[in-house]
Amino acid sequence: MAIKKHTDKTYDLELDDLRHKLIQLGGKVESEIAHSVRALTERDSDLAKQVLAADREVNRLEISVDETCRRLLALRQPAASDLRLITTALKIVVDLERMGDLAVNIAERALDLNQSPPLPPVHDLTKLAQLCQDQLRAALDAFVDGDVGKAEAVIKADLLLDALYHKLFNDLLSLMMEDPRNIRRANNLLFVAKHLERLGDHATNVAEMVVYMVRGTDVRHPNSREMLPKPA
Amino acid sequence: MKIDVQNLNAWFKDNHALRGVTLAVPQNSVLAIIGPSGCGKSTFVRCLNRMHELVPGSRQTGRVLVDGQDLHARGVDPVDLRRRVGMVFQRPNPFPTMSIAENVAAGLRLNGIPGNHDDLVEQSLRKAALWDEVKDRLHHGATSLSGGQQQRLCIARSLAVGPEVLLMDEPASALDPIATAKIEELIRELREQLTIVIVTHNMQQAARVSDATAFFYMGELVEHGPTEQIFTNPRESRTEDYVTGKFG
Repeated sequence: MAIKKHTDKTYDLELDDLRHKLIQLGGKVESEIAHSVRALTERDSDLAKQVLAADREVNRLEISVDETCRRLLALRQPAASDLRLITTALKIVVDLERMGDLAVNIAERALDLNQSPPLPPVHDLTKLAQLCQDQLRAALDAFVDGDVGKAEAVIKADLLLDALYHKLFNDLLSLMMEDPRNIRRANNLLFVAKHLERLGDHATNVAEMVVYMVRGTDVRHPNSREMLPKPA
Repeated sequence: MKIDVQNLNAWFKDNHALRGVTLAVPQNSVLAIIGPSGCGKSTFVRCLNRMHELVPGSRQTGRVLVDGQDLHARGVDPVDLRRRVGMVFQRPNPFPTMSIAENVAAGLRLNGIPGNHDDLVEQSLRKAALWDEVKDRLHHGATSLSGGQQQRLCIARSLAVGPEVLLMDEPASALDPIATAKIEELIRELREQLTIVIVTHNMQQAARVSDATAFFYMGELVEHGPTEQIFTNPRESRTEDYVTGKFG
């Protein structure tokens, strides 16, 4: 984004370090989501267990980002775009960590599902999983490039994801009604679908914060705006 | 608008120190002026009470209105104006040979206001949040006070003559953090009664005490807006560079 450097060069290094940690965390979460989905589609329980183990690294990175932000706030009294980067980091780190947890939840469902014979394939679930990963990838790209257009595209695309989830919900319900022996497995898949839909929401949150970081305008909850008290 | 500045230009001989500044300050608000050294901050505030013209070789064009009245209109007495538009400087400058009480009353004496000033001295010291610390030693020399107390004494001295506007040029830059916090709290209290323009190099101080902030650079007013906006989302890239520390 800003090419201009701070007079105090170590401040630039510290902000770069914060960006780097967030990107690292984002990348880690991205790969854990991909692994959890693969553990499910390829019935790979070893991979699912790897996802469970990888959560510690995600948590460690979250703590590290928080610490970096706190230090910057206390020692640098950041303003303007620096302040917006740091507040954005503090917000999206929570979304990213939560996405890591959702990957773990999906992996747990995969472990359970892999113990029973597979259900007839549910194509939309793979589609939903792909859409979800695309959304996270695009939100992280938007963060790295400070690209508002990309972020706004992510926010818009969440509608698609929600629609697909509702369709899946009905399909899985039909499977359960067809044969009660499907209930446990279809229910597990329903949870997976729900987790994927939530992953999409977190990607949207990240994208909304990117708009704030770049433009300084808060695009969250447009319908609740008028309820906010006017600043004194 | 309490203060209305229109296309103000100021020079020191050939040095064009202020370039076409236009801005307004509402009553009972605090305006902070920020900018690097030599950007025209002090010159700007010195034009607001006609102190700039006291410098030999200085010159100015444009208009400064206080309560709608042009400061250079016929019949405006600069001494009376400086009573209405008071000023506090970077270094506390109490009169060293006078007592605390005499310092506060000095402005009244200079303005030829006769009588017993005890009540007004107490009132002014209270307004300057200094009364409790000095009430038992009003007749001690002013130089017996700490730097922070001396600065509040100078504020009390300005307040005694009943100003409507208070100009503060780096009022806390020579003070320790506690004395600084006291001055900042005082600024917020005085805002209820006065309009305040404060020049400061301390951007966090500007952010804490002011309603609006103006960023000056090389004699130009680059940006002027609500303080929160200037420090979270400035419109001009030069302001952004300055408040984030990317200058020079």
